[in-house]
Amino acid sequence: MNKTMPTEISLEALVAGDRAEFARLVDAYSSPIYRLGLRMLGDPQDAEDVLQNTFLSVLTHISEFEGRSSLATWLYRIAANEALMLLRRKKPEVNLDDVEAADEAEDLLPTQFVDWSALPEDELLSGEGQRILDGAIATLPESMRLVFLLRDVEGLSIRETAEALNLTETNVKTRLLRARLFLRERLSTYYGGHMSHEE
Amino acid sequence: MTEHAHTDCEKMLGFLSEYIDGGLNPELCQEIEKHLAGCENCRVVLNTTKRTIDLVHAPVEKPDLPEDVRARLFKRLNLDDYLKPK
Repeated sequence: MNKTMPTEISLEALVAGDRAEFARLVDAYSSPIYRLGLRMLGDPQDAEDVLQNTFLSVLTHISEFEGRSSLATWLYRIAANEALMLLRRKKPEVNLDDVEAADEAEDLLPTQFVDWSALPEDELLSGEGQRILDGAIATLPESMRLVFLLRDVEGLSIRETAEALNLTETNVKTRLLRARLFLRERLSTYYGGHMSHEE
Repeated sequence: MTEHAHTDCEKMLGFLSEYIDGGLNPELCQEIEKHLAGCENCRVVLNTTKRTIDLVHAPVEKPDLPEDVRARLFKRLNLDDYLKPK
């Protein structure tokens, strides 16, 4: 389903309580789940809590998994819920449904029109470039960030992202578009300024 | 954005993600490409949005799980016996 998780895991073995298979599941999925937690909470300890709670929950509920979605999508669904629960506890002021209200606004329209897309890869992926990108992702509103992380960072399809987050596909597409435009605008502000300094 | 109808740019923007992901029907793609041919600002938005997504996909974006975090996870799950170096 995506390039980071090629491992085939036997659901039958997991349900039967095969610990070696569960260890394989943990190794196959722990990196992306930890990354998701880190990007959502911004703190390594919180990311570790999300990771541990996700797999504890999987261990408890694996026998209830009905296979309506893929195992990976189910895992992401648990991880996303764990991240959101921790986020609500840590930052009760965050409105996770803010995107609907924001949809009413006109702030989707781009304001930066410098074409920096032909800049060399090594320049775009330099330490500074990476820092700007990471910073921009960190400032995405949470409800958009989660969609963006599952779809564009971890490579889930639109349908899988919708299943994992219990959203409609239309809702996922809207949030994804807004997230991508938000990041583009941030990078354009940075690289636009960068290019004009070099002229 | 330019001297042509602003509503065309907004329409193109609404389909931008799906156009990049290849999820639109050929008729709509053709309509978008016709608009892009005459609208420099929309071409810039398309190019830089594509590039933004490329940068997110770059391999440097995916650090592995720290080994100490992995060790604590295996311990918490009572999987210590299966903790082999990756």
